[in-house]
Amino acid sequence: MSVRTLPLVFINLGGEMLYILDQRLRAHNTSEDNSEKGVWSEVDRKRVMNDIVGTMFSKNFMDELLKPQQLYSHRTMKTVLTRLAHTSIMRLNPASMDRLYELMIMAFKYQVFLCPRPKDLLLISYNHIDTIREFVKDTPVVLNQVDETHRKIIEVYSSLSEGEFQLLRQTLLIFFQDMHVRVSLFLKNRVQNPNGRFALSTSGPVPHGIDVPGLIRTFDCKGKEVSRAEFPTGGCYTSPIREGSFLLHGDRVSALGLNMYTVNHLEETHTSKTPTVKQADDTPNLLAKEELNLLARLMGSMKAENMPKAETVFRINLFTTDREEEEEEEEEQARASGGAGQSLYEVINIQAMQDEQAATELALIAGQFAKGEEKPENSESNKGDDLLAMMDDL
Amino acid sequence: MYHKEKSIQIKNSASALYNNLSVMRIAPRRLTYFTVVHANVVNMITASWDGLNYSHRQLQSKEPNVATSTSLIMQAAFCALPSRDLLVVTSQKGIQMYESDGSIMVYWHALDTPETPTAQAVFGRGISAVRENFICVGVSAGAILVFDIPSKGSNITLSEILEEHNESITDMASECSGSQECIADLVSADDGGNLCVWKSGEEFQLLNKISGFDMSCSSVKLWKGTVVAGYGTGQIRFYEAVTGILHAEVNAHARWIYSLDIAPFSGLLLSAAEDSLVRVWHLTLTPETNSVEVAHLHNECVTDTQICGAKFCDGDGYAFAVTGYDLSEIIRYTQS
Repeated sequence: MSVRTLPLVFINLGGEMLYILDQRLRAHNTSEDNSEKGVWSEVDRKRVMNDIVGTMFSKNFMDELLKPQQLYSHRTMKTVLTRLAHTSIMRLNPASMDRLYELMIMAFKYQVFLCPRPKDLLLISYNHIDTIREFVKDTPVVLNQVDETHRKIIEVYSSLSEGEFQLLRQTLLIFFQDMHVRVSLFLKNRVQNPNGRFALSTSGPVPHGIDVPGLIRTFDCKGKEVSRAEFPTGGCYTSPIREGSFLLHGDRVSALGLNMYTVNHLEETHTSKTPTVKQADDTPNLLAKEELNLLARLMGSMKAENMPKAETVFRINLFTTDREEEEEEEEEQARASGGAGQSLYEVINIQAMQDEQAATELALIAGQFAKGEEKPENSESNKGDDLLAMMDDL
Repeated sequence: MYHKEKSIQIKNSASALYNNLSVMRIAPRRLTYFTVVHANVVNMITASWDGLNYSHRQLQSKEPNVATSTSLIMQAAFCALPSRDLLVVTSQKGIQMYESDGSIMVYWHALDTPETPTAQAVFGRGISAVRENFICVGVSAGAILVFDIPSKGSNITLSEILEEHNESITDMASECSGSQECIADLVSADDGGNLCVWKSGEEFQLLNKISGFDMSCSSVKLWKGTVVAGYGTGQIRFYEAVTGILHAEVNAHARWIYSLDIAPFSGLLLSAAEDSLVRVWHLTLTPETNSVEVAHLHNECVTDTQICGAKFCDGDGYAFAVTGYDLSEIIRYTQS
């Protein structure tokens, strides 16, 4: 399917993640400075936002995303987003990250589902970028990165046809398929039904460029209109409103992609699974070699220093540090492929690292995903623990 | 005019793909086959006419290379030829052809995939049986592959590649009225809304090219020499195939049309879109003037669902079936 999804996926999912983190950090803001232990001050919050945005919109990371490639699994997306979330002083435990990821995915699914025209996916992305700009407006270096990325996105996506955007949207919809996690904020606003599905209205303005349904016209051989008749549409449609701006700055008109959490309180954003729903990822995720390669490249590109020039592949045992789980997956894979060939789940062997620091850092990253306990690295870990508690309230 | 019947449950939900429902009636055995695509799987359901027996089967996309990620399926469609019926499945990697009950794969054609991914996605989309012995399949680069199908066996060969479209093929359809008098045999549509009209043969002949308005044509049908095309603008247009004259235009839907179908014996037309509505129309063709009259008959709203497939279950349009994104059922409607 579409090979152009990743930049938009990260901007939108990353954007939703920032909205949620921002709201959580603000909710616990009761001191002006770092004096009180366990409390997030304004300074802390801005630092977290700047660190994450700075990494997400870094040239290296964005360049990796902009390469034409497939959209991979939820596991890969979650891994990279977790890494992004951890680029600052904040740490999230796996359970918190799971909940955060569910919220992000459902928000983006809602936006893509309701997107009036496929091209409006860009307006949704630009809404996210506009709000992210606000978060980092006091830090010129990061603000500049956001602007540069925005320009690049405009350059790459402006030439796509509506048909290509629809293919992109269809690829995203397949990615979100079967996820019906109920979000209390959506239920309250009636954009989501109790069964987890989003509400689709048959009334309101039609998208820009579409005619209001209801008219049948016939023409003669010369193209002259011969008759016109109306038919009942079963809905209540009105003329389109003005089109949003696709430029660097401008009124996007659509509200999809804006921060939904600004006016809501902490307690209101609960998630709950509908009882009969299957997990989207319940098939054993056999990460193909190309997916692991992408993961390696993305993780590597999230450093400020230069990447090694040679084609290096990294020994990462990210997905399970639990020996039993790994063995179980290998068994399943063997069963699935009828015992043919070797197990897909191989740890890719990495060439000797030229960059010692990168190797150490990657080991650190690998360690961060360990299911066991993390050793706190500095005194600021108290804030980290507190944030974990906050996320658990979700 | 129509009322809802008991739905058929499917093992997975339908993916948001154009024309995501294919139906084949096996009259001698009083069975109907349905196929619905979910990501990299084709769900096939066999339903007995008495409504008592249902069986399920799943077909996977073929993975030529285990090291690569799974291949998503773009479309599955039944192709009815005089001598045999086949089920054709197109994906990101290639084209698979099965016996119509999905039991055996009889042919595999790999698509050319470049070593390093280019900006253009690679996939097959647009499937149609043509005349006696051809099956045509479109690809993302815009080419149409013409396969020669023997009356039995797996000696299927690629007979010709038609290169007229510059954008990805979205859908294709062959003349469905059964009339031997029609000159045009096949119509193909692409992402730019352009339509090509063909005559089949040892070498296919391009009869006409109808320009689009840079708006994707997602679904197309050919009936009694009239092209019926559904667009991303929610419009349905009716063109005279050979001349390209536009005879009628309907502002049918408020969102992207995903599926069109025609019941050839009665002239009923079915249209379905992302706006959650399915509409039934009646077409009257006047042979002398080639003019088209379109009458609206019926609406069905599938609440909160973006519809991705809608097909009549028989040639008279007595019943039709619908699939929607994220929906794990095939909804059926029958005339009252």
